[in-house]
Amino acid sequence: MSDIHANSVAFVRKTEIPPAPPPYAATGPVKWLRENLFATPANSLLTIAALYVIWLILSGALPWIANGIWTTSSLTECRQALDGVAGACFSVLTERWNQLLFGFQYPSEFYWRPTLALVLLFVAAAPVLFFDLPRKLLVFTAVYPFIAFWLIWGGTILTPILALAGVIAGALVYQRLVTGSFAYGFFGGIIAAFIVWTVGGWIIPAGASDSAMLTAVPSRDLGGFMLNMMLGVTCVTLSVPIGIALALGRQSSMPLIKMICVVFIEFIRGVPLITLLFVASVMLAYFFPPESTLDLFLRVVIMITMFSSAYIAEVIRGGLAALPKGQYEAADSLGLDYPQAMRLIILPQALKISIPGIVNIAVGLFKDTTLVSVIGMFDIVGMIRGPILASTEWNGVYWELLGFASVLFFIVCYGISQYSQWLERRLATDHR
Amino acid sequence: MKKNVILGALTVAGLSAGAAAAGTLDDVKARGTLNCGVNTGLVGFAAPDANGEWKGVDVAVCRAVAAAVLNDPTAVEFVPTTGKTRFTALASGEIDMLSRVTTWTFSRDVDLKFTFVGVNYYDGQGFMVPKALGVSSARELDGATVCVQTGTTTELNLADFFRTNNISYEPVPVETTAEGQQQYLAGSCDTYTTDASALAATRASFEAPGDHVILPEIISKEPLGPLVRHGDDEWADVVRWTLNALITAEELGVTSANLDEMAANSENPEVARLLGTEGTLGEMLGLDAAWAKRAIAAEGNYGEIFARHIGEETPIGLARGLNAQWTDGGLLYSPPFR
Repeated sequence: MSDIHANSVAFVRKTEIPPAPPPYAATGPVKWLRENLFATPANSLLTIAALYVIWLILSGALPWIANGIWTTSSLTECRQALDGVAGACFSVLTERWNQLLFGFQYPSEFYWRPTLALVLLFVAAAPVLFFDLPRKLLVFTAVYPFIAFWLIWGGTILTPILALAGVIAGALVYQRLVTGSFAYGFFGGIIAAFIVWTVGGWIIPAGASDSAMLTAVPSRDLGGFMLNMMLGVTCVTLSVPIGIALALGRQSSMPLIKMICVVFIEFIRGVPLITLLFVASVMLAYFFPPESTLDLFLRVVIMITMFSSAYIAEVIRGGLAALPKGQYEAADSLGLDYPQAMRLIILPQALKISIPGIVNIAVGLFKDTTLVSVIGMFDIVGMIRGPILASTEWNGVYWELLGFASVLFFIVCYGISQYSQWLERRLATDHR
Repeated sequence: MKKNVILGALTVAGLSAGAAAAGTLDDVKARGTLNCGVNTGLVGFAAPDANGEWKGVDVAVCRAVAAAVLNDPTAVEFVPTTGKTRFTALASGEIDMLSRVTTWTFSRDVDLKFTFVGVNYYDGQGFMVPKALGVSSARELDGATVCVQTGTTTELNLADFFRTNNISYEPVPVETTAEGQQQYLAGSCDTYTTDASALAATRASFEAPGDHVILPEIISKEPLGPLVRHGDDEWADVVRWTLNALITAEELGVTSANLDEMAANSENPEVARLLGTEGTLGEMLGLDAAWAKRAIAAEGNYGEIFARHIGEETPIGLARGLNAQWTDGGLLYSPPFR
């Protein structure tokens, strides 16, 4: 049979034909263009329109940036240097960068202090954000708030040490008492901390800050992007635990706790942030005697924290609600008490679900910190709208300044969002 | 200037009774610093420079008061206030005096329970138009689109002006001076109206100031001055007469340069009383004899302050106009030092 076949055809190819290149239009960039940009007439039209818009923007913006002037000392000189050519006047940034970043009152010889605090912030945040790092680093994270306080505000080192001592005393008492009951430990810890703070307050001499190693800087002198960062970091860090407590309180079976939490959350969410800020800056002044007003920075931190913790509480409540009831029952069946069940079973799952929501709130909150410019604090927007645009040299520069502010905010917010995406991927345990 | 006062009015009306503290002068002396409310930033009136030093006409008043009371023009804690927070800051005692281009009006004086101690700048609402529009009087603006800040007395004055002149306009509401400036430059409106001093500052910041003119009509009265809380007349007197000392010094030719010479040799008895070489005026105020001398030494007399911050030599380039001495045809008229 095989011979017959061998002779029945004229030619049998023994090797494979070398693959021919695909037709020109079905490969490489042309194929990509055809498939992605010019697939249908409607697509082509949209592509052309989009390209036109991009060209419009870039043809205006790129020469404007490229022609930018960096070295003059006022807007008038800038315009003379440009001589009618369209160009940016970035000189305002080179002359006022320190005011934009640190505010106009922070002593310039101390700029290294907030800068160092920012660098240390990354070190302190690393073990929290990336849990592959050794756990021992968390010790530094715990100490960091006190170091940062001391670096930024200066004054006597006794103040942060006393604050730290109070916290440690509280933690020790909590550990001792929590075996009896969570409530004992919790309130016992708080009382112990307050005792240490009060007693310590008597011990620290009144003039201690005058001769301190780091010169004291009052809160009023803080400003610029530093203020936005400080408000953002402090308020987000404080509002996550408070938000968790509120979310759990709202689900509590104890009517009083539940009612307090519901009223708090609903009231705060029903009020615009700007109203709370006005209350902080204007109304609270009436409740204190003129000489003993609470620091404005502290008042604003309290208000923003209350605001964002109410929102975070609702996000976390969503995460709690998304867990199947079986998870709660499983925890009960293992004989875990409430704190254990929450800590070991419920919250790890609920928080994982809530990450995108929490990050969303954090990013929004960080941008909302610019609202403090409305109550006369000089954050970066306050600096731009107030002192810098009101100076005779720079009155009339808008794009450069606000562009700079948006670049700073974009960097931070984009970083946060990239981190949260990484975190979601890292924590993904389901099989999608 | 005159942002909406509703918020201030509401809070102040309810709480002013409890906040009136007597003895501000003693408080300031005990504290060693003067808490002075200023603008968060207004060209020529109050703005920190590149070194963070506050400068401006309103700031100079604060410094003069600090120099008179505390013997140190730098002993001032400047509290930046916005149009919305300024009245509550004063009423609650957070600041001792407010020097923030605040228009002296009936309701602020009477209803909000403040005491205006005088006027350090006579302003008024004006119009700016592009030269190309070919308009030489605000009465020719029939049918024009007008950029105007919302929620201010500017808006009300504008409506009044066009109604009395029986011409029509179309308002383009803007939120801030900066926005108004942009809208006007972009051509969204034919004319931009706000206080004449702000118009001048705005025009000075334009790329081609010569292409725009400020029309001669001033359609409102905006006397801007420092104010203190109602009910503390001793303190009000200190601030009032410090401001008057600056004005009188210019009238009498006393400048920061010839101060010592005038104090020692002047033939004029009023100069001697003002500078404390004669009489006991300082004592009557609860201060020492040289109080006015120090106030003038701080930043000079009124004319020097004006010239340094907003006068014709500066980029803002305001003429004295209404703010000249009464002897030069202006409105500045200080009661005599006697």
